[in-house]
Amino acid sequence: MDRVPIDTDTGAKVVLELIYRLKVSDVMTPGPVVATEDRTLREIQALMRDRRFTGVPIVNERGGLAGIVSIGDIIEALDGGYIDERAGERMTRQVLSLESDMPLSFAISWLNRYRFGRFPVVDRDGILVGIITSKDIIRALLLEMNGEVERLESEIRSGQGDSGEPRADGTTSLCRTTLRWDFENAGKASAEIKKALKAAGIDPAIVRRAAIASYELEMNQVIHSWGGTIECRIMEDRVEIAARDGGPGIADLDAALREGFSTADEWIRSLGFGAGMGLPNVRRSADDFFIDSSPGRGTTVQATIRYAPASAADRAGEGGGSAGGDA
Amino acid sequence: MNIGTIPSVLPCSVAQGSYEDRPLSGGFAGDLLSDVMGKAKADAVLVTVQAHRNTIAVASLAGLAAVVVCHGRPVPEEMLDAARDEGVAVFVTELDPFEASGRLWAALNGRT
Repeated sequence: MDRVPIDTDTGAKVVLELIYRLKVSDVMTPGPVVATEDRTLREIQALMRDRRFTGVPIVNERGGLAGIVSIGDIIEALDGGYIDERAGERMTRQVLSLESDMPLSFAISWLNRYRFGRFPVVDRDGILVGIITSKDIIRALLLEMNGEVERLESEIRSGQGDSGEPRADGTTSLCRTTLRWDFENAGKASAEIKKALKAAGIDPAIVRRAAIASYELEMNQVIHSWGGTIECRIMEDRVEIAARDGGPGIADLDAALREGFSTADEWIRSLGFGAGMGLPNVRRSADDFFIDSSPGRGTTVQATIRYAPASAADRAGEGGGSAGGDA
Repeated sequence: MNIGTIPSVLPCSVAQGSYEDRPLSGGFAGDLLSDVMGKAKADAVLVTVQAHRNTIAVASLAGLAAVVVCHGRPVPEEMLDAARDEGVAVFVTELDPFEASGRLWAALNGRT
C-alpha cells in the first residue's frame, strides 16, 4: 500500500498545516544506496536482494540522477535475457523526482497520483540527495501530529482563538492564518477580508486598495515566511491591514521595498509570483505604511487605508509608528 | 464593449460563462500576478498565460471582469470553480498574448 490516505486539498487544517510546513528534505531518507550507469543489471539485482530494496537510483559521475532500476525492470531483463547488460542502457530514464525544498504535500499527492512506491529527491542542481517512500511520510506525520495534538490541547485549555465579531467600540476585526507554500489556499484570507469590507458598506475604491494590500501581504507570507497571520481591522475612519509572521525575516529591507527586487526562486516565479512588486504594491495602496523586520525575528507590516484623504488633524491625532505615503 | 462581446472579436472558447455581463474598462496583459494586481484597472480584461487558481484570486481582488488564457493552455477544474464562485468570466484562445491583446485593443478602441 503506497498511498498516503490524506487529502491534500480538504483535509483537516492542522494536518494541511503540517504537510505544507514540512519539507521533503525533512522527511526523506538521506544518502540513498545508488548504483552507477556502468553496473550490470545483475549486480543491481544482487544489491536489491541483499538490501531488500525495490528500486535503485542510478547516478552519473557528478552525482546527478540519471535514471532508476526498479524490480519491474529486473523482471523484464530476466525475461528478455539482457540481465548482464549495463544499467545505463536499460534503466528507466524518465524518472519523476521531487525537489528537496518542496512542501511534503507534493510528495503525498504524487504518491497518490502516480503508482510509484518511491520518489528520488534531488536538490536544485539535480544532485540526488535522498529517497522518499510512503513509509517515510507516515512515520514523519505521526511524529509531527503527536506534537501538534499536544499543542492544540494546550491551546484549547488556555481558550485562545479569534472570533471576527464586531467589538464594543464598533470596530470589526478579522484574523486569518497563512501557511508556507500553501498556494491552494493562498488568497482566501484576502477574499474574506474583501467580503467583510463590502458587507460593511465600505467604498469600492477603498475595498480594492485594502484587498490589494492584503493579498500582497498574504502572498508574501505564503511565499517567503514560515507562515503567519493577516489581520484586518475595520474602523470608523480607516481600514488597517496587519501582517505578522514568525520568520525568517528580511535581511535587506531597502532592497525588499524596491520594485523588481525578489528572492523568489524559479518554481515560485513559474506560478507568476516573485515579480518583486509585492511590498511596493502594498505601499502604493496604503495611506500609511509601516514595516519592521529582521532576520530571526520575523516581519510585521501594517498598511492603513483611510476613507477620506488624511488631514493634518488626523495625522496629528494618530501619533507615531507609521511611515507616511510614498516616502 | 462588453465581456460578452469578447468571443466575437477573439477566436476563443468560453471556459467559464457564469458572470454578470458589463462594459469592459480596458485590458491588461501580464503573467506576473503582482504586476496585474498593482496596475490593472477594475473591470478590465486580463490577457495571460497563467492558468491556475491564483489568477482568479488576483482577478477577483483587483475587480477584473474577465480572464483570457492564451496558447490554448488547459484550465484546471479548480480554477474554473474559483472563477464560477467569483463570477469572473474565463475565455481560452489559441492565440498568443500579443495577438490576443491586439484584437482586444482594436475592439476596445473601435478599430475593428
